[in-house]
Amino acid sequence: MIEVKSLVKTYGHKRAVDGVSFTVRPGDILGFLGPNGAGKSTTMKMITGYIRPDAGTATVAGIDVAQDPVAVKSRIGYLPESAPAYGEMTVLEFLNFIAEVRGYRSCAERHDRVERALARTHLEPVRRQAIETLSKGYKQRVGFAQALLHEPPCLVLDEPTDGLDPNQKNEVRALIKTMAADRAVILSTHILEEVDAICNRIILISNGRVVVDETPEAFHARRPGARLDAIFRELTNVDA
Amino acid sequence: MSQITPVFKREFLGYFRSPVAYVFLIVFLVASVGLAFFVGGFFKANQASLQSFFVFHPWLYLFLIPAVGMRLWAEERRGGTIELLFTLPLTTLDAVLGKFFAAWAFLALALALTFPLALTVGWLGDPDWGVIAAGYLGSALMAGAYLAVCALLSSLTKNQVIAFVLGVVVNLALVFLGWSVFNGLLSGFLPVAAVDFIANLGFIPHFDALSKGILDPRDFAYFGSVIALALTLNVVALER
Repeated sequence: MIEVKSLVKTYGHKRAVDGVSFTVRPGDILGFLGPNGAGKSTTMKMITGYIRPDAGTATVAGIDVAQDPVAVKSRIGYLPESAPAYGEMTVLEFLNFIAEVRGYRSCAERHDRVERALARTHLEPVRRQAIETLSKGYKQRVGFAQALLHEPPCLVLDEPTDGLDPNQKNEVRALIKTMAADRAVILSTHILEEVDAICNRIILISNGRVVVDETPEAFHARRPGARLDAIFRELTNVDA
Repeated sequence: MSQITPVFKREFLGYFRSPVAYVFLIVFLVASVGLAFFVGGFFKANQASLQSFFVFHPWLYLFLIPAVGMRLWAEERRGGTIELLFTLPLTTLDAVLGKFFAAWAFLALALALTFPLALTVGWLGDPDWGVIAAGYLGSALMAGAYLAVCALLSSLTKNQVIAFVLGVVVNLALVFLGWSVFNGLLSGFLPVAAVDFIANLGFIPHFDALSKGILDPRDFAYFGSVIALALTLNVVALER
């Protein structure tokens, strides 16, 4: 579904992403791990067509992002880091805007989509509230609602649980799980427990390179009995 | 291209979701009509025309249009919503045009709200309505040119203050090029043909002709070219 081949992105002298390759199939919930600055967000931005890679390709459903970015973007639901949204709009106005850009032009269709997204992310109580007045948890949910409004076959979530309280984290994880059936999901995080909680595949990147690409079970088996963060530290410090 | 509509709608209504629209409209109306009455000698001229109203527009726009244009892209950059916008299925050109037309429509609304002045002239005397219509058309076109320059400059920074200051400075240069006082200075040491050439690059000569009711295709071409050039550079700057 999502296929990434030898992606490279250089900022000045720093090679942020250095030949990253992987494939995500429907049903996969891929946990994208790595220390801050390892290149997680940059890779996601290249998949979603926000920035152009210096080399390599990213294809979604067989379409190359560089060739037809609009077609790729219409197949992806993307939650950027810290869930940006137009703060002065109400939740309803914002989701209606997204629905319109996503091609739902008739009122009935748009209403239907927006209502479904609101219900799925439990946003009904704040539907008429300006986004800038919402708490962090609600803002994050607005980001989710926006990303899954068009029921995309691929979801790309950049730190979806960052800054949420434990209850909200659980709720978001449950939401991701329900959405993941027959979808390709990539989520980045630096919270390791999250990987155990929802992912069925782990990719660990460090200094722009893929260090690990395996199941959580295989990841644990690297050092039986050790805590995840010990393995993480060991793997990401090697080439630091 | 159909993607321009949702962007246009969001942006245009966006002005009215904050006090910006109301502050701007009031300041614009008070300043434009005030200048015509108290500085331009609207009554003293004893003419049934809006000449004393239009003559101040190049100077008025110098400050007011950067105030409208500064937020177009700088705000998206600052708030991170630019990442959201450009991972939606639309092209950069769609977004640039949608935003530009929204801001232009807002300026046209402000200009249209000065209609009581035209009615006053009609009630007091017997004006040439064709000239007045040409003046409004010329003013709207010139506003578009100012705005396109400001939109371009706004895309270069995430700081609205910088966008505003750059907008004033660049537009000031374009006003000066065609300002008779400046051209008088130049003619002291440059040949007439050179001064004419420089003056033709500025806003004022083209606007003057229109505000006097002269519909010369070259003036339309001038404003059209400024807008097209600035918006093309705007797309380039955003895709960089």
